[in-house]
Amino acid sequence: MDIIKQFEEKMLRTDIPDFKAGDTVQVHVKVKEGNKQRIQVYQGLVISRSNGSNRETFTVRKIAEGVGVERIFPLHSPIIDKIKVLRKGRVRRGKLYYIREKIGKAARIREKRSY
Amino acid sequence: MVNGLIGKKVGMSQVFDEEGRAIPVTLIQAGPCVVVQVKTNDRDRYEAVQLGLVEKVNPKRITKPLKGHLEKAGAGTVRVLKEFKRSGDEDVQPGQQVTVDIFEGVDKVNVTGKSKGKGFQGVMKRHGFAGGPGGHGSMFHRAPGGIGQCAWPARVFPGKKLPGQMGNKKVSVKGLRVVSIDKENNLLVVKGAVPGSRGSYVFINKG
Repeated sequence: MDIIKQFEEKMLRTDIPDFKAGDTVQVHVKVKEGNKQRIQVYQGLVISRSNGSNRETFTVRKIAEGVGVERIFPLHSPIIDKIKVLRKGRVRRGKLYYIREKIGKAARIREKRSY
Repeated sequence: MVNGLIGKKVGMSQVFDEEGRAIPVTLIQAGPCVVVQVKTNDRDRYEAVQLGLVEKVNPKRITKPLKGHLEKAGAGTVRVLKEFKRSGDEDVQPGQQVTVDIFEGVDKVNVTGKSKGKGFQGVMKRHGFAGGPGGHGSMFHRAPGGIGQCAWPARVFPGKKLPGQMGNKKVSVKGLRVVSIDKENNLLVVKGAVPGSRGSYVFINKG
């Protein structure tokens, strides 16, 4: 198994900030249109991080025009230009799937404060 | 040089391509192999190179005939031997090392291995038969159904799909794309799956 670990470790990105479920992030995604490339920004709440190693993914949820949108990004994918953590959330679990059933005020997440 | 190598399946992983797509890959510990015997047209009526995968083997486990065969070539300890075709006029000597370098610049490979054994299986798992309806008193669930006609031909045709041993037999996968090679660790990375379990021997041929 060590050979696989070694192989995958080489592909891990080191420029990924530390974030977890409950945090609000801004994901800068590279979008290819024809032969042009531009950056698209996707902002929302991280509701899950799953799998490990170079297979790790995270789910970002946002409400776009009244409709809930969830996008799953591979964490180590080259299409991610950068990830910005805007707000740290104070949550008590690793997966925030319950937030899908909440709307408006109920879907708020308290901010984590460090003194 | 030689057209193939003996390897060991390490396991599967994934890599990203330039466009950010995840590609499933299999890692193969390919070689280093040693040339044990060179078959020539003059002596053997065909051209081939017999390779052995260099491995640490308890010397007591090597039979005396094999020991003599290896010593003649000046090869180390070897557990598997396999013949491969050769290409080009380059001179190949017994005892020579063959490494994963031979796949440099190669686009596609064929991989042969022994598939995972599934034991004695019925027709639904082995051949994908539909089976019968589960309920409503049908009393017909996973059986193959009719297997032929009656008084004529009065026999079952050869090759009829029936229950039996599934897996644990030689399987080849053709046209696997070489994603990368790592000369330092003798690693060959191919796209897609390869027959066998982790740690099983595979034979890689240039495709």
